[in-house]
Parts: sequence; structure tokens; C-alpha cells
Amino acid sequence: MEHIVIIGNGIAGITAARHIRKLSDKKVTIISAETDHFFSRTALMYVYMGHMRWRDIEPYESWFWKKNRLELKKAYVETVDTNNKTLHFKEGGSITYDKLIIATGSTTNTFGWEGLELNGVQGLVSKQDLENLEKNAPNNKECPRAVIVGGGLIGVEMAEMLRTRKIEVTMLVRESAFWAGTLPKPEAEMISSHVISHGVDLRHNAELDKILGDDKGNVRAIVTKDGEEIPCCVVGITTGVKPQISFLKNSKIETDKGILVNRKLETNIENVYAIGDCAQQREPIGNRPPIEAVWYTGRMMGEALAQTICGKPFEYNPGNWFNSAKFFDIEYQTYGWVFSESKLKDYEAQFHWKCASDLRCVTISCNKNSNEFLGINTFGIRMKHEVFDKWLNEKRSVDYVIENLKQANFDPEFFKNYEKEIQTAYANQTISV
Amino acid sequence: MSTVQRNMSLTGEPPKTINTQQKLASAIGLIGLALLFLALFNLNFPNKTLWLSTSLGMIAVGIIWFSIAAYQNKHEGIKNDGVYFKSLSSRGFWAWVLGITVTLFYVVLYWFPQYLGLVKDGDNKAIVALFDPLSKLLNGGPASQWFVYGTLYTLAILAFGIKFILKYRHNKYEKLRTFSVMFFQLGFAFLIPELMQRLNSDSFKLPYYDLKNIWPLNYYNFEQYRVDEFISAGDIGLGLLIFGVVSIFVITPILTYKYGKRWYCSWVCGCGGLAETAGDPFRHLSDKRQVAWKVERWVIHSVLVFVVLMTTAVVHSYLGDDSSKYWLTKDVFLICVATLLTLVFTGVWIFKREELQKDARIGSIAYLVIILSLVGLHFATGKTLFLFNAETLRQSYGFLIGAVFSGVIGVGFYPIFGSRVWCRFGCPMAAILGFQQRLFSRFRITTNGGQCISCGNCSTYCEMGIDVRAYAQKGENIVRSSCVGCGICSAVCPRGVLKLENGPLEKRIDSNEILLGNDVDLMNYVNK
Repeated sequence: MEHIVIIGNGIAGITAARHIRKLSDKKVTIISAETDHFFSRTALMYVYMGHMRWRDIEPYESWFWKKNRLELKKAYVETVDTNNKTLHFKEGGSITYDKLIIATGSTTNTFGWEGLELNGVQGLVSKQDLENLEKNAPNNKECPRAVIVGGGLIGVEMAEMLRTRKIEVTMLVRESAFWAGTLPKPEAEMISSHVISHGVDLRHNAELDKILGDDKGNVRAIVTKDGEEIPCCVVGITTGVKPQISFLKNSKIETDKGILVNRKLETNIENVYAIGDCAQQREPIGNRPPIEAVWYTGRMMGEALAQTICGKPFEYNPGNWFNSAKFFDIEYQTYGWVFSESKLKDYEAQFHWKCASDLRCVTISCNKNSNEFLGINTFGIRMKHEVFDKWLNEKRSVDYVIENLKQANFDPEFFKNYEKEIQTAYANQTISV
Repeated sequence: MSTVQRNMSLTGEPPKTINTQQKLASAIGLIGLALLFLALFNLNFPNKTLWLSTSLGMIAVGIIWFSIAAYQNKHEGIKNDGVYFKSLSSRGFWAWVLGITVTLFYVVLYWFPQYLGLVKDGDNKAIVALFDPLSKLLNGGPASQWFVYGTLYTLAILAFGIKFILKYRHNKYEKLRTFSVMFFQLGFAFLIPELMQRLNSDSFKLPYYDLKNIWPLNYYNFEQYRVDEFISAGDIGLGLLIFGVVSIFVITPILTYKYGKRWYCSWVCGCGGLAETAGDPFRHLSDKRQVAWKVERWVIHSVLVFVVLMTTAVVHSYLGDDSSKYWLTKDVFLICVATLLTLVFTGVWIFKREELQKDARIGSIAYLVIILSLVGLHFATGKTLFLFNAETLRQSYGFLIGAVFSGVIGVGFYPIFGSRVWCRFGCPMAAILGFQQRLFSRFRITTNGGQCISCGNCSTYCEMGIDVRAYAQKGENIVRSSCVGCGICSAVCPRGVLKLENGPLEKRIDSNEILLGNDVDLMNYVNK
């Protein structure tokens, strides 16, 4: 019986395992050093916030693994010997495989600041990070203030977490508005003011210079590039993530920032595959970055690879881009491509609408030459994935999308509709780029 | 995992304290409650109207002020911070104190009302006497323990309903639904029956009851004394009797087809009303394990069979044998019941067989065989119907299901098992509505393409213990018998994945192995 070994029990690895089990009888072993069972990484925040217990963020009950004959091993893979198809564990012992899937995900990305080794400096990626935060910032007596470096999705989650324990939060954001490297300016500004309204001391155009410690090796303060010293007990590093591949450095598997794979998710070594956050496409797919550190893409790679492993080769060929997040109380969904000011395509025109409440806004992006609908960002209004996926495939015009926007609404029953307001704003706009 | 759990709550000291206003509000509410306690110990209040108003007023003000203080300075949005850190909402010390207190209250209420001050022939004492003025105002007579209970129950739904509305003030579905349960509790469950009672005199006796309390939830609706009263009360009584029958056989199926069982369970029903308001802080305590779901299916359907048998036996016991006097004789009635059950069974078996799980098939056949053979046995041997005395059946049902299950366990154990234990495991009305909802209704919870991140908020905050996430992460619509359509899964979803909808029956349940967003060819190949 062919033995499939998967390193990593995140969404990519587990999706691959589940689908391989559905399609075949192969022996499947899943190795993780992080946890016994698969959990939803995107839900780590809710444990600290007291919305859920640890076991609530595990999508499958513990009998699931045995029932589906998915063997779980808790160990840290130290070396990968592809010649002998063997993995060696840090704890001792080894395991052999016929096919190897590497799905080790990401780790916190840092920029070599002084003081990174101090107690209280941490990211928010793993279960260990969650436990550290519980230790470093249990309440606002032990930790009156935390500084978060970087304003992205993890940064805002961390801010929300800390604010539930009434810990003062200062956020250093390099851009002039929140996540402005990804979001169009009006949206980024709306999120900035929402973050501030939650009591976060949000500093735009601010960067970290160094982290200062006390004589016990704990964080004492940080210093910004402007020279300001901000006392704090925790420094959250949320300046993005990078593939977790350090254990491969002595292996023959070719890596760059991530593990280099082709469209079939194959590495340079036969029978070794990489999926999820740790994989790097040799050629980027469409507008997608070569490394996609997103829950959904991890899942999609797992779905595709399982077919390949089970004898029906499929390339990783994702459909229309989509993503979602939540900034405190404001939900965000995106379908297709809407670029920020700095990344705006030369053919791209955008239409913005913002609700008077400053809690909802929509940006619709189109090709200014052909009028083709390219993508939508929606904040505070839920919209249907299926409908936008269809419109993108059908290459609908932006006028068609605006006209039929109601079809895409996914807000709960009885919620106020904003389509009319959006349509009026669209009709009244002077076309600008 | 459990060790980690303990560590987290020990090392961390998350904020779980309440603010000063909330403390004051709690004090006011508790003093109001304490006044009732004093009455319990037969402290004779000189001016009952004043003291009762003060007590109930303080309880209401306490709850409402507490809620305002809790939510006024917060943004509109989800308010689940610290739910699992608070003793009361995470099965801690205070949860047990509350659970035991409420359970004791139910025990006294059902079986020892004399300790509440109920005096059968003569003036009431203690707490029941305290409620006499209000009772006299509404129905003209002295209070009973049920009047005390009804008043407190209504007060709880109204005051905690306001709390719920403040908590979900950003969500219009939740607000409307809560207004609705508050309205039906105050009007239909509380005021109308009391006013109906006023119509009664020595010469005219009409059963006064909560009109929306439909058989089989209202398991005694067709008992002899009630039917006699209905019939002797002339046209109004007959109208009510017909309404009772039409409610379950016509109105309920139509509304459930159109909107799912939520029209009743989370918009109208009094049990649901209490669960959604006073029970809301405990909704996450429901058991989400698959084994709980299995137990649920057997227990709730067994209660349904029990109530059908019991009602059949009771109605049978008072019908006549002579068809020349009245067309509905014992035999005609039994044949009607057997025919109806057989028709429902055959219909489902022919049209919906594919949708029944293995245990549902076994269970439905077994139960049908039991009922039909009991009926057959009766005709063949002429013995007492169902081998049991109808009155014994009725009494055991009333004790086991009506009192112990729905009251003591259903409400008393809110802080331990969650707020919908009765609705999930016991309510025969929910079983009927759920059966239809699963097989023949436009209602479903739709999932939004591939957007689910498996976070678990939906499952955690499902009061019915449905593992919503298990469906959402497969891109499958949620069509479950037990879903009462409270809409909280949709509200707490951080990625806008869930929506309660009524739509066509075709493609109502669509499961996808590969979720939307991936390769179109792969989806076509796998999903077919």
C-alpha cells in the first residue's frame, strides 16, 4: 500500500488528506509538531477573546481521524532525506514515505530589528503564539500597553484581541492608511477610523526602529524611526508571514522564498509535493503572487493535489480570486481584482461608494477601455461569491454589475439595502480614474 | 487539549468584571427578587399592590439597566467577549448556583405549590397572595402558582428580550424576531388567557388558554374535560376546538412549508421565547458532538410517538360506541388515526426515502409497526387500547414530559446544558415541525460559495447543537430538522458565509466536494 506522508496539519495538508482518503485506500500519515489535531488557524483570536474554547476551533471531533484511517504523528521533522525517502524527527526516529506532501505553512516574517529575541516579542501564527500571548498579555495589569508593528490582517486581529482585555494598543503602520498597500485609499481610510474608534492608538507613516529590553530580558519599550520611545510589555510583529521551510535547508528540495513548485505542485524531486503557504509557484498565476498565504488557496491546492496523487493529474488552476476578513466589526469580502493606489493597473478604473455611517463601502473595479467588470471590494455588506464568480467568468460589464447588484446581496433578511444608493452614486459620478 | 485549556484560564486573568453601573443594576434587580423571597417566607406585606409593583419593577429595571450599561458604550456588533471566561456562562460556580436555584423553584412549583402559598379553599398566603392584586385586576380571581409563574415568565421574556435587542441592535432579523416573541408572550400567552377567564361565569365556561400553544406541545388540548367545555361553550367554544385541530393539521404545515419551523420556534413559541431571551447567555453550552445528535433523534421522536399514543388513548377513552348518536365513534377515530399515520409514512417512504438516514428508516418502520399493531390488537382482542389505561398514560406523560422534561430539565438546566434542551430533545411539536422542515419546506441556511474558514463560531453559538461548520465548510446548505432559525450562526459568522433563506425545493441541499473558487474543470470533474 502506498504511503502518503503529509508534513503539516493545517488546512492545506488536511484537505489533501481528506480527499486522498475519499479517492483511495492509501496509507496516510499526517505529521505536526504544533498540535495533535487540525484547528482553524484563522480562529486563534477567538480563543483569547473568550468566544470559543480550543476544542471549538477544531473542525473535526477526535474520532474523525481514526474513522478515516488518517494516522497522526506529533513530531518535528528535522531533515528530509529524499534519496532514501525518509524523514528524521528531532525527537529521534524516522518515517519512510512513497509520496511526500509538504504543507508546513508560514511563520512570522521579521526584518532583523534589534531586540527580536526579547520576551514579549511575538507574532500570531501558531498555537504557541496564542499561548505566548496568553502568558505575555493576560490582562491590562500585567500588560498595560502593547505595540503592534504592521497593519495587515493579523495586526488588526491582534489589536482586537488585546482590546477585549482593555490593553492599550499602539499600532505602527507604514502606510498613510490601514492596509493601504492592498486596499484602495477610501477603504483604507475608513478602516483606519474604525480601528481608531475601537481605542487603538493607530500611527500612520510610522515604522519600528528597535525594541528595548530590561535587565531580565523582557520587552520594556520600542523606539520608532522618528525616535519616539513607547513603553510596552508586548510587541506584536505582524509584518506579514513567510514560508516555514528552514528544516529543508540541507535537503535537495529546491527552494527560494518558498518551496518551488510547478503547476502540478511538484517540487524538483519526484514524489515530493508542496502546497499551501509554504509553496512558491515558479511562474505566478495571473495576478496572483507566487506565494499565496491564504486559507482558501491552501485548501484549493490540497483539493487539486489529492486528485493528482490518486492518479488523475490536475494542475493547480485556481478560479477567480476571492478573499475575506473582518476588521473589528466590519466584514470584508473581495471577488476578482481590486488594486490599491500603488498597485493600480494602467487599464483599471474604480468606482467608490461609501455609506454615510462610515461603516460600509464598496469599490468596483473595471477595465476603463472595455468597461469589463474586474472585481469588487465590499465592506459591511455581504455579497454572494457564486454571483460574482459567474459575472467574472461571463466577463460582464461594470454597468451590468451595478444594475444587477441586488442579485449579489447576501445580507440577512430584513437588512437595509444599499443597492439603490450605490446605483444613484454610480449614475452621478463623473468618470474618473 | 484539556490541559492547555486549564492553563489558559489559570495564567490568564481576562476581564470578566462588570462595570459600576452594572453592579448597581444587579443590586436593584436582586433586591426586587429578594422582596419575592421575603414574601415566600410569609412576610405579610401591608400593601400588596405596592410591594408587588415595586418588586417586579425593580427586577425589570435591574435587568434593563444592566443591559444598557453593558452595551451602550460598545460598537454595534457581536458581543461574545469573555463568554468562556465568565463563571455564569461557562458552567462555573455561579452557573451551578443559578441552575440549582431555578430547578428547585420548578420542583416547588410543580409538586409543592403550597410552599409558594397556594391555598385551595381560602385566602392565598406568601408569594401567591402577593400576586393576588394583579390576578384580580386581570382575570377577576385570586392568583394561583401558575399565575405567579406566568407573570415571572413573561417578565423574563420582556426584560431579557430588551437585553437581547440591545445586544443585537445591528441585526434587524434578531430585533424583529425578539419583538415577535415578546408580543406573543405578553399578548397571547399572558394577557388574552387571563382576560378570557373573565368571560367565564357559573353559566358559561370556556377553557382559557394560550391560543398559540398548539397540540402536541399543548398535550392536554383534546382531553375530555376541555373538549366538553369547548362544546358546551357554544359557537365560540366550537370555533376554538376547530382552531385547535386546524392549527396542527393546516396552519402549521402551510407556514412551515413557507418559512421553516422558525415561524413558530423562534418567533412565536413561549418555550422558545424564554430560551432566546433569558436563555441567550447559555446558548453556546449545547452539546455539538455527533453522539448528541444521535441521542436527540431517538429521544425527540420517541416523545412524539408517546404523545400520539397518549392522545389517541385519551380521546378514544371518552368517545362513544354508537354511531347513530355521533359519527365519530371509538372505532372511526382509531381507523382515522391509523390511516393518517400510514398515509404520512407511505408518502415519505415513496417520495423522500433517499433523504432518510439509516436510523430514521429503522425508527420510522419500528414506530409505525408498534402503533399499528397496538391498534390491530385492540380490534382483534377488544382489550384496553394500548394495553395501558388512558389515564395512566396521560398522567405519566404529564409528569415525565410536561413537568420534568420541559420545566425542570428544560429551564432549570439552562446554565449547564444550554437553553434549548427541551426544544431539541423533548418537544413533540418541534419534532413534527422539524420533520416537515427537513423534508418539505422552502427554508434552508445557505452557504456563501467557498468563503468558510472553519472558525467554528456558528457551531459554538448554535443553541440547538447543530455542527453548522460541518456543512458550511463543505459548501453545503444547512437543512436540519432541529434548526429553529434563530439566525445567530449567520450573525456571528465573521466572513458572511451563512444566510437564512426561503427558496425553491430543488437543489435545496447541495454538497460540494470541491468548493467554489477552485479550478472550474476540477469542480466539474469532482462535483458532477
